[in-house]
Amino acid sequence: MKRPQTLFDKVWQAHEITRDETGQSLLWVDRHFVHEGSFHAFAKLAERDLKVAHPEQTWGIADHYVPTRSRSLDDVSDKIASVIRLLQDNTKKHDIELIGLDSVHQGIVHVVGPELGLTQPGLLMVCGDSHTATHGALGAIAFGIGASEVAHVLATQTIWQTKPKQLRITFEGDLPLGVTAKDMALHWISQYGADAARGCAIEYAGKAVRDLSVEGRMTLCNLSIEAGGRIGMIAPDKKTIDFCSSRERSPKDEALVHAQTYWNELKTDVGAAFDREIVIDASQIAPTVTWGVSPEEALPIDAHCPDPKEIDEPNKARQIKDSLAYMGLSDGQAIEDITIDRVFIGSCTNSRIEDLRSAAEVLKGRKSLVPGIVSPGSTQIKTQAENEGLDQIFIDAGLDWVESGCSMCVGMNGDLVASGERCASTSNRNFKGRQGPGSRTHLMSPAMVSWAAVHGKLADIRTFKREGEN
Amino acid sequence: MEPFTPFTAPACALDLANIDTDQLIPARFMKEPRSVGYDNFLLYDLRFDENGELKADFPLNEDLNQSCKTILARRNFGAGSSREAAVYCLVDYGVRCVIAPSFGDIFSSNSVNNGLLPAIVSESDCDLLFDAMEGEIKNLSVDLEQQSISIGELSVSFDIRPVWKKKLVNGWDDIDLTMQEEKEISNFQQAYFSRFDWLFNSEDRK
Repeated sequence: MKRPQTLFDKVWQAHEITRDETGQSLLWVDRHFVHEGSFHAFAKLAERDLKVAHPEQTWGIADHYVPTRSRSLDDVSDKIASVIRLLQDNTKKHDIELIGLDSVHQGIVHVVGPELGLTQPGLLMVCGDSHTATHGALGAIAFGIGASEVAHVLATQTIWQTKPKQLRITFEGDLPLGVTAKDMALHWISQYGADAARGCAIEYAGKAVRDLSVEGRMTLCNLSIEAGGRIGMIAPDKKTIDFCSSRERSPKDEALVHAQTYWNELKTDVGAAFDREIVIDASQIAPTVTWGVSPEEALPIDAHCPDPKEIDEPNKARQIKDSLAYMGLSDGQAIEDITIDRVFIGSCTNSRIEDLRSAAEVLKGRKSLVPGIVSPGSTQIKTQAENEGLDQIFIDAGLDWVESGCSMCVGMNGDLVASGERCASTSNRNFKGRQGPGSRTHLMSPAMVSWAAVHGKLADIRTFKREGEN
Repeated sequence: MEPFTPFTAPACALDLANIDTDQLIPARFMKEPRSVGYDNFLLYDLRFDENGELKADFPLNEDLNQSCKTILARRNFGAGSSREAAVYCLVDYGVRCVIAPSFGDIFSSNSVNNGLLPAIVSESDCDLLFDAMEGEIKNLSVDLEQQSISIGELSVSFDIRPVWKKKLVNGWDDIDLTMQEEKEISNFQQAYFSRFDWLFNSEDRK
């Protein structure tokens, strides 16, 4: 009998060209995305006078540095304009398709790939960005790589990898009302640690995962790296296959039939072994926010910040003290008492149409007490949201409706949170200085960010749902 | 790449967990070409205050002549983004080895691709190393062949993936290695293209 395999095993095996004596595998890469930050890799190619082996399997997407208040390079600093131009020049030189600043498809790479149908089940995809696991939501092996590896993929269309260990996280049961994929991720990372999935490929499974929309699954997979895991995957089902069959770049006609036959085979066999299993009761997850400077420093919205005086382990106590000091919070402070200065709705984590709809639902007819920006995940999503009237809801609430890009998640384009300011954000990292030097970030779901905007402080989205019911 | 050889050189202990890539190099510096010297950006917001002055209480600022070749830190060093610039700033500073109980996966592979050794020690050995450093800049020896680290009387072993050890010891570059597999790759490609025909006849390219 054939040994039962995991979804990950199947996709890995299909891409393994050879394995060396140290156990490292040389893998075939189906899809490769480069962005403005990839200029170091192109410099390496130039140094060695190498060509791009398969330009038709690489796409250039401008997202990290793009301005969100304008689409003209005349309106940005010379340095920012120059890295955006470098991407234009490098893609042109190597005959790589560019989805640039003026493209109707422009957006954040991890939003655009699935949206265009470039992301498909069973593919192996890489990008010089740690949130590449997002594409795993459709059943691909997708992971972030560094500049040396980007240069290697450009030169050879392959990558050397040691097969990671496999971790399955099963979310059983149903999510309570107001609890989203973002909360699932922050919850499990807070329970198991920001390095819990180090060295692992994750498969997310269970009823609560199957019940998520394709967009929600992308949010869950996107945050795999915040637990240290380079890869996060979800087996394709009918929702996935419907999603992947109707995109602009989806296979068509007979090719689509072939593809769908294969996509349907991509699931973990009964009895397949994982190196580690985690089971989580989804019904026990509360709306979750980060209070500290690592994604593991997260708690339910109705909890209190930890008190280092109550922690026995000295290193741990010192770390908590340091995080609270950076965040300007007091020992044991109630999380719902944390006032905010700003909000950000966007990023590869939570900027898809469903995210914008849920944020707009909460803001409809209400005012934000703080300034903030809303940056859709792609130019197509921006258009769709405008057709649905969502832009007007954000604008009426007092927020800025801007163009698509990585924006205030990482601040590279100049969309920054000022030093000492506190931002409720739908993004993925609450690291010190992530949104700007001295910035303080609280991560949460889009609806929770809107609810925080309405109150000027962190607030429990479950109280919104209750009002809605009345 | 330079092969990794044993050395004894000053080391600095940073008693912090989760030193992520955004702290190693804040994003605002990443537009710069490598030629400017990324050592200027290393741990920038931890080393410098708002006025660009060195912070007196940050341990690495005691390394006045930038001679440290090793950094000792707590768990989850280099977590976060895939930015290889986090490694460039360490390497440009002169660091050849980081010792910690655990590292971010992408940071580790980026390190090895730039000749920087990510040496994994147990939590208890990490405590011993911190004790031995006594919060000062001290000479520390690293021997990759023997997988050992020593300070004075104390000697502990560290872990490294065998393939990474081999690459570091030999100073190998992946692209050279892969070019030797050209025939394997082309055979694979042929079989792959016929099995997954929809990937290559589709609307991928416009």
